[in-house]
Amino acid sequence: MDQNNDEGSLAQVRHVVLILSGKGGVGKSTITTELALALRHAGKKVGILDVDLCGPSIPRMLSVGRPDVHQCDSGWVPVYTDAEKSLALMSIAFLLDDPDEAVVWRGPKKTALIGQFVSDVAWGELDVLLVDTPPGTSDEHLAVLENLKKHRVDGAVLVTTPQAVSTGDVRREITFCKKTGVRILGIIENMSGFVCPHCSECSNIFSKGGGEELAKLTHSVFLGSVPLDPLLSSSIEEGKDFLQSFPDSATFSAICSISQTLLSSLQTA
Amino acid sequence: MAQFTYSRLSHLLRLSVNKASVLRTGTEIKHGPAGCLQFIRCQRSMDSKALQERQKQQMAKGLPKQKPITGVKQVIVVASGKGGVGKSTTAVNLALGLMANDPSKSVGLLDADVYGPSIPKLMNLKGNPELSDNNLMIPLTNYGIPCMSMGFLVEDVAPIVWRGLMVMSAIEKLLRQVDWGSLDYLVVDMPPGTGDVQLSISQNIPVAGAVIVSTPQDIALLDARRGAEMFKKVHVPVLGLVQNMSVFQCPNCNHQTHIFGSDGARQLADNLGVRFLGDIPLHLNIREMSDRGTPVVVSSPDSPEAEAYKKVASVVVQRLEEVSSS
Repeated sequence: MDQNNDEGSLAQVRHVVLILSGKGGVGKSTITTELALALRHAGKKVGILDVDLCGPSIPRMLSVGRPDVHQCDSGWVPVYTDAEKSLALMSIAFLLDDPDEAVVWRGPKKTALIGQFVSDVAWGELDVLLVDTPPGTSDEHLAVLENLKKHRVDGAVLVTTPQAVSTGDVRREITFCKKTGVRILGIIENMSGFVCPHCSECSNIFSKGGGEELAKLTHSVFLGSVPLDPLLSSSIEEGKDFLQSFPDSATFSAICSISQTLLSSLQTA
Repeated sequence: MAQFTYSRLSHLLRLSVNKASVLRTGTEIKHGPAGCLQFIRCQRSMDSKALQERQKQQMAKGLPKQKPITGVKQVIVVASGKGGVGKSTTAVNLALGLMANDPSKSVGLLDADVYGPSIPKLMNLKGNPELSDNNLMIPLTNYGIPCMSMGFLVEDVAPIVWRGLMVMSAIEKLLRQVDWGSLDYLVVDMPPGTGDVQLSISQNIPVAGAVIVSTPQDIALLDARRGAEMFKKVHVPVLGLVQNMSVFQCPNCNHQTHIFGSDGARQLADNLGVRFLGDIPLHLNIREMSDRGTPVVVSSPDSPEAEAYKKVASVVVQRLEEVSSS
């Protein structure tokens, strides 16, 4: 698409934040969804770009189903989760005929589609655009960064679980951010401790403190820890708004404080 | 006069069903609509078959030839569409389980997760592989299992920011330029997703079967289903599904919590018509031992977790025999 369109599609987006992790299954999509919901509850207009082409999870987590994607003059119209258009979403899941279809594509095809997602979607006016990425440091990540070069990327939030196998991969991702000039907004330690609902004993199934140590080691901001909460995972499964359903939980306060810290660092930058 | 290939000619003929006169192609064509239709009708059945054959030939030209790895009898891939479900942990413990069940078998482990190589950490291996006399990389061995991983070839913190094409050639090297020796089984730990690495491996070497790992939750199962679909597309038999992190037992009060949902993988296995290979519980021991580089099958061989892995290994062997005999 031509220059005008590129500037047009993201021109009214104030902040762009990537959600990264070298490791798979640490909760990037879950954290992206919860941050988006938290920011929306704080009155912001949020967009989510789901760049995970092989495993697009966000539409399921927000229970938007499989609506058609329409086109308007300025490009593809993102799917809105509500009538007030406070949460916009674009994912490959909306473009597949069969929800179980496997997207078995090599790099160049993925790069091309991501280019379209960035420049051809009419995001409109947004306070924050969160970009949910797949694990690794590959075509998708490079494509997103290249296409967003024309627009400012405020930075990346890295998600990790506390265990060593995870933090090892996330260290690589941190080096990736430094090499590509992406500012690290902070590290989130997810699945940090499990509190037994029966006896309240806290078990560190995936260890504890690994994320915080990683932040210290790499001189990054530690945004906070989110505990391993079966209520959160079942809310996500069912596409419900966890923050509305369980405002008294420790997970709720963890997520809210992380989103506030993130927002203030975006606004002061 | 222009020379048309057969398929292009038939395509043009198909377009001109109702036209009385057709292009001057040098072929005798009956004029008049009825005549054209008749001609086209008998051509059409030959058209589509010949067209399909030709398309297949053209497509096959660009694809790599499938060649087995010298010395390796059977390749088992451990995959999942989803990240973080425990592929690497399962691959390591499966390899060790195969050896524990039958010590006469030789098992190797290949870490095909180029972006996030976990095998070095899980197997407590470090260092650069040496080269043999014929310039092949010598795999590093621990617990009797020779291993090869991208993690041995790069620094701990170096990200591997490669596009698909480079990854393909790296995978080729990890497959062909390693001195595996003689192995009964080569367990391959795949990265998450359904992309270049999965395609490269299934196109380059004959894969005896795929083990799909998933956690019970729907979000993971959606991707696991895609993973299974992908293997069907590339004609790799799916040996079965492993349900990982199935249930957590509180060490204090023994209360069981299904943190990631319950039995979803078992149901998916039924839906897809694949075998359910087993349940692995979510146990602190597995993670602690993995982080220390002493996988649970060797560090606590009598524990229920190790037994669960050994049971999966024996069903995998059974399934391999079923698949190879069918």
